[in-house]
Amino acid sequence: MRALAKSIRIHALKMTSAGGSSHVGAVFSMADIVAVLYGGVLRVDPSAPQWPDRDRFILSKGHAGAGVYAALAERGFFPVDRLSQHYRDGSVFSGHVSHKGIPGVELSTGSLGHGLSVGAGMAYGAKLDSKGHRIFVLLSDGECDEGSNWEAILFAAHHRLDNLVAIVDYNRLQSLAPVSETLELEPFADKWRAFGWAVVEVDGHDHVCLQRALRAVPGSPGRPTAVIAHTIKGKGVSFMENTVLWHYRTAKGDEFERALAELEAL
Amino acid sequence: MRDAFIGRLTQLAAANPRLFLITGDLGFGVLTKFAAARPGQFLNAGVAESNMTGLATGLALEGRIVFTYSIGNFPTLRCLEQVRNDAAYHEANVKIVAIGGGFSYGALGMSHHATEDLAVLRSVPGITVVSPGCLWEVEEVTEALVQTPGTCYLRLDKSSAGRTNRPGEYFQLGKIRTLRSGRDVTLLATGGILAQALQAADQLAADGVQARVLSAHTIRPFDSETVFRACRETGGIITVEGHVGGGGLGGLVAETCLEGGVVPRAFYRIGLRAGFASVVGSQEYLRARYGMDGAAIVASAHQMVQRAGRLTVAGRVDSAR
Repeated sequence: MRALAKSIRIHALKMTSAGGSSHVGAVFSMADIVAVLYGGVLRVDPSAPQWPDRDRFILSKGHAGAGVYAALAERGFFPVDRLSQHYRDGSVFSGHVSHKGIPGVELSTGSLGHGLSVGAGMAYGAKLDSKGHRIFVLLSDGECDEGSNWEAILFAAHHRLDNLVAIVDYNRLQSLAPVSETLELEPFADKWRAFGWAVVEVDGHDHVCLQRALRAVPGSPGRPTAVIAHTIKGKGVSFMENTVLWHYRTAKGDEFERALAELEAL
Repeated sequence: MRDAFIGRLTQLAAANPRLFLITGDLGFGVLTKFAAARPGQFLNAGVAESNMTGLATGLALEGRIVFTYSIGNFPTLRCLEQVRNDAAYHEANVKIVAIGGGFSYGALGMSHHATEDLAVLRSVPGITVVSPGCLWEVEEVTEALVQTPGTCYLRLDKSSAGRTNRPGEYFQLGKIRTLRSGRDVTLLATGGILAQALQAADQLAADGVQARVLSAHTIRPFDSETVFRACRETGGIITVEGHVGGGGLGGLVAETCLEGGVVPRAFYRIGLRAGFASVVGSQEYLRARYGMDGAAIVASAHQMVQRAGRLTVAGRVDSAR
């Protein structure tokens, strides 16, 4: 998983630099979560991406799509060399995650606040069909500004969807400024609890803690689980960490070389 | 129309366990029968249309045929991005049903006037758009949508033209129905306002004008051939819809004909042209007030036929030279 997290970061750095795209900080923030999911939690089969009993993973913070493409390639859903097409003219590897022509992507997203409702629908359907698979949805903290999420949060608790997990990549920085200066989410865990969810707070870069939290699902029978993952935006590259700048900036030239050196030393 | 819809849907659901209905907390007294008969195929998602449409997509991606149901603009414009990004882009088997097309809920005010939905929904790629005009069309189209893969939009109206089918008639999605034959003018209608077009045709017949009446229950895919034939064979086309004048059926016909190189001799769109209706009233009142009733259709047809007569005379003079 450590190796997978490192690969995700290096691929994402290369993909965003080569294609000139944004959001590398947002990928680094969730890289450990995605590595733990694809490295040791999700029951998926790269040779059968549509296996009916697979666990579903939805990246609702679609702007970090490069990280999911990298994880899927590393897990063998498609050849790693396809990643070089990211963000290029005529490529299916859009900046925001897309399912068309990319095995393993469950849902195309990019506009925030969509993934949790679709995930809740999948979870509701799994319950109707008495299926045992689980649905994991990864959201950003800024994304929780979107009211549609709270519709889904109400729904999932009401219908006791304990096969649904919302993971929030809580790096406390959104597009222009810190969450606390934009729209305060705190007391964040209490909000989820008040809506009827089981809440687990973890260090979103600690693979052991992440595994423990994510493998335990459903940890609280009859209740959906929120995993609030405390993370650092830009994690892994010293000059990108905890800066709003690297939500949008693309690493070029010397910045790229320095970032790559730091990631390779991880 | 909603009773015809839910009646047929209840029958279809009994035969198909994958069929599922979600309401956005609307349908008091209407959905009760379905909910009682098919409890495992029914869900009230609450007053949360964005979530309802996302849920529907999730359920559809897992193999169900999901109908979402609400009033007016709520299942469409309110959650348009979920319709576009989630349902349509994923080609999900989501069938969006809006009751209260046009001025069906005229007295409830602007929020409940569904007058731009056809234009908006037909602009989203991949969505089959249907707007039946009579109860038989509602029942048949409901069944057809269950068989149609992908995202669909079904627009229902409080008014309807009753039952316009002939004995043994076979319904075909995407095929305009000819309800009256005639060559002087064509009245091409979509939705419950078809009733006004038929009334107008009766009046016109009494006045000596033979109007062809066509029911365009399917907006996409669109039956351009039948429209082209009407262009060639009749004196002009009047589109009739409970919708703004631009972008709906009228806009569609204009686009189709101009691009197809088959231009009607004359063309007029009956629809809402006055901006938002800020006064309220019954569907009948508002249609009359905004020039969308039978009388307005009759007046437009007479004007078109008279003008065509003058043009024909001028044309003869021209050709004689």
